[in-house]
Amino acid sequence: MSYNVNEKGYYGEFGGAYIPEMLYPNVEELRQNYLKITAEPEFQAEFDALLKDYVGRPTPLYFAERLSEKYNTKIYLKREDLCHTGAHKINNTIGQIILAKRLGKTRIIAETGAGQHGVATATVCALMGLECIVYMGEVDIKRQAPNVARMKMLGAEVRPALSGSKTLKDATNEAIRDWINNPVDTYYIIGSVVGPHPYPDMVARFQSVISKEIKEQLLEKEGRENPDYVIACVGGGSNAAGTYYHFLDNEDVKIIAVEAAGMGVDSGESAATSALGKVGVIHGSKTLLMQTTDGQITEPYSISAGLDYPGVGPMHANLFKTGRAQFISITDEQAMSWGLKLSKMEGLIPAIESAHAFAVLDEMKFKPEDIVVINLSGRGDKDLNTYIDYFKL
Amino acid sequence: MNRINQKLKEGKKILSIYFSAGYPNLNDTVQIIHDLEKNGVDMIEIGLPFSDPLADGPTIQASSTQALHNGMTTQVLFDQLKDIRKTVSIPLIIMGYFNPMLQYGIENFCKKCAEIGIDGLIIPDLPVDVYAEEFKETFEKYGLKNIFLITPQTTDERIHFIDSVSDGFIYMVSSASVTGSQSGFGSIQEDYFKRIATMNLNNPQVIGFGINNKETFNLATQFAKGAIIGSAFIQYLTENGIGKIEKFVKAIR
Repeated sequence: MSYNVNEKGYYGEFGGAYIPEMLYPNVEELRQNYLKITAEPEFQAEFDALLKDYVGRPTPLYFAERLSEKYNTKIYLKREDLCHTGAHKINNTIGQIILAKRLGKTRIIAETGAGQHGVATATVCALMGLECIVYMGEVDIKRQAPNVARMKMLGAEVRPALSGSKTLKDATNEAIRDWINNPVDTYYIIGSVVGPHPYPDMVARFQSVISKEIKEQLLEKEGRENPDYVIACVGGGSNAAGTYYHFLDNEDVKIIAVEAAGMGVDSGESAATSALGKVGVIHGSKTLLMQTTDGQITEPYSISAGLDYPGVGPMHANLFKTGRAQFISITDEQAMSWGLKLSKMEGLIPAIESAHAFAVLDEMKFKPEDIVVINLSGRGDKDLNTYIDYFKL
Repeated sequence: MNRINQKLKEGKKILSIYFSAGYPNLNDTVQIIHDLEKNGVDMIEIGLPFSDPLADGPTIQASSTQALHNGMTTQVLFDQLKDIRKTVSIPLIIMGYFNPMLQYGIENFCKKCAEIGIDGLIIPDLPVDVYAEEFKETFEKYGLKNIFLITPQTTDERIHFIDSVSDGFIYMVSSASVTGSQSGFGSIQEDYFKRIATMNLNNPQVIGFGINNKETFNLATQFAKGAIIGSAFIQYLTENGIGKIEKFVKAIR
């Protein structure tokens, strides 16, 4: 059994391309070309060179000694927080911008929630000299002023999404509408493993460099390629997809997916899609999705802006449904306390998204000889205001 | 014979109107349908509101959002329409996004439509290949016509495929856009209308998106069997309420 995408764009029953006919030519062009172009040696060479010299890859696999001692197991952290722009997001935008250029596109659009993907997109557009428009919910623009400023410095235009709840899902709707209105010259860089096929697969492939490096680095450090556990937080699920990718079909490696419980799974203020979602269609993909009984998409909540998406990517929906991955939800409170704990114990201030993943250490028991890899997907600079408010720093 | 097929056999050009069910007020649905038929509209698309309508522009999305606030749901719409066929004889189509239908249950949804006397569905985010593989049989069992969209970017090959799985009409999107974003047609649209008109398709074509007055209606129907007005009608309801529908329709023809 494979947990990867099949040739029709599905992970089990999830995925596909549920898109209006107006988007069909754009998505079809991408579907027909993405594997071909990304397999070309010139593409690979450019992608690898930029990941190395611009992003700063490979990112270290760091043995967290104090943490390991405390939890009596071997804990390694994959240091995506050291990537240029502060998180794993740029692995994907580098890949997609090269692809966009190969397809002859001149205008780039993107959606963003907290602004991390927006910054990563604005960055690669500056790098390549391409026009960049980032859609961002009006509410998020107010909440994430520093990232809005970064995008502007990088030359991007930030357009407020004024419809619906004025957050990430609405920014995504607006980006899709822009693409419908500009089908010829425009390329849409989606930031997570969501959207119509081939996006979930394409983004997972660009992020798969994370697990590729984990294998190489573990071999060097431990004499074995495969850890016992890989752990990552899941909003849409791009850092998780990259962390799991090369271990998906090796069931000796246990997969843990950490979702944001917000104020608590049953509180009505949560983003724990696996617990609260039902099968539905959002942004062109059939997946698990938080919605009313009438099929209206509901607004999720998490203190971490990067995890409050009402769905998960179809790969993750399938990992949940099949039981291949264990899903755990972590509250705001647990995640915030880990933000502080990791800072004090290891000298690493994590993004609040990433802090959720660490809280698994309190929820599960590991054996002393287990090798546990946690993806530290981003650094906490962007969250400083939230930390300040929360801890009255 | 299905009312859609029958209507399209008539010699005249078809005027079809879209509105969002539950807008401006929750219980306006039946009154709007009555007034549209009484004033000579040939076909009606009843919009089932959705929280995230990807293919719609701000006018229709705002009306959907308001309708949802007003309390519109799939079940409420079905309840409002249960006696509609006692008084209304023109074709009625439900236009909505796939997710609310999926949650209602596709078979249940189709069954309910058949009971009410709905003639067809337009589901912009249900791709034609998924429909053909998974849902065509169910739709046909309940006598529902599924209407597909084509755009200026749709290839001839795909248009022929869509024609082959359609039985009713083909919804020609006038330009690459979401609803309500164009006004008037240029030479690009005319060339596209002409190209489609000469393809000898089995299904008649009805043009939508960008039709907002008599002039655009007349131009579109030079090349196609009919035309659909959506955003302009919603805008009119926003400004005038539901009491002056006659004036809107008479201004078109």
